[in-house]
Amino acid sequence: MIWQFDLLILILLVLTAIVSLKVRDLLSAAMIFGVYSFLMCLLWAEMGAVDVAFTEAAVGAGLSTVFMIATIHRTTRRSRD
Amino acid sequence: MKYIGLLSVFVTGFLLMYAVLDFPAWGDPNSPASTHLSDHYITKTLEETGVPNLVTAVLADYRGFDTMLETSVVFVAGIAILGILRKRSSTTVPIKKSGRLRTASPEPDLIIRTTSRLLLPAIQLFALYVIAHGHHSPGGGFQGGVILAASLILVALSFSLRSAMLKAGERLMIILGNVGIYIYAGVGVLCLLSFANFLDYSALDWLYPGDAVRARYHSMLVVEIGVAFTVGSVLFLIYAALSSKGAMRRGL
Repeated sequence: MIWQFDLLILILLVLTAIVSLKVRDLLSAAMIFGVYSFLMCLLWAEMGAVDVAFTEAAVGAGLSTVFMIATIHRTTRRSRD
Repeated sequence: MKYIGLLSVFVTGFLLMYAVLDFPAWGDPNSPASTHLSDHYITKTLEETGVPNLVTAVLADYRGFDTMLETSVVFVAGIAILGILRKRSSTTVPIKKSGRLRTASPEPDLIIRTTSRLLLPAIQLFALYVIAHGHHSPGGGFQGGVILAASLILVALSFSLRSAMLKAGERLMIILGNVGIYIYAGVGVLCLLSFANFLDYSALDWLYPGDAVRARYHSMLVVEIGVAFTVGSVLFLIYAALSSKGAMRRGL
């Protein structure tokens, strides 16, 4: 445990969480969410929970980002109602 | 209607908070987890199961029931998503070009095709390694299955959804998802037939070479393979349904 490293990751985590909520474009929100998952994965690995970090990298940063982008790609720019 | 929703959220939140009060305090040295539970797993796992990776041993053996139902949850979620999104391809309305974020080029790029051709065997081999080596290193059935699904999704992204569906069709994927759960539950039923509790792998020592400890070791591998079957096939199906608006014809 290196506390400077922890602090940096935690600050970045909060930043990416807020930005992914605030940003207007859904595609960039999904990408920033992927960055958030990857930071989370770094934090798990740094805390010694390698199995959880592996799952987070595969599911959180990998597949769920793909799922979200696939869904956003099938939406339209403006709603019809 | 909105207020009923708000009220139900608050009531559920209050009940959850109230239930948290029953937990032992944070870092309490007298809680069961601190007095004997963690110690048991840390000191006894290797001699009881022969598996060096404690996480895999807890997931697939000590709490095997939990993991079996988790796998079923993944399967049921996939079936539910298919049930909502899936539609017959004849009834789909053609997508308006102006409504899309961007139109994908019909012919996949040569560089992307060649790169993914080179990468695919490596990714799938790594997925198999993660499944088979989950006892000794981080990983296991869930992660390996996700990587397998990712390799199929890579085919769908770099070539087309149709070429991925030719190799891994919808019917085959649903069957494989079922087979995964059947493998997991089948191991449990085999334990029952060997006059032991459900998922008590040590009763299966007649099935594998070695003693009861090796039987637990080997059964964990069988169970992980079942999990990988279900997770890999169901996640690819979810991607296929999401990216093609449920028609399973044209992807992104």
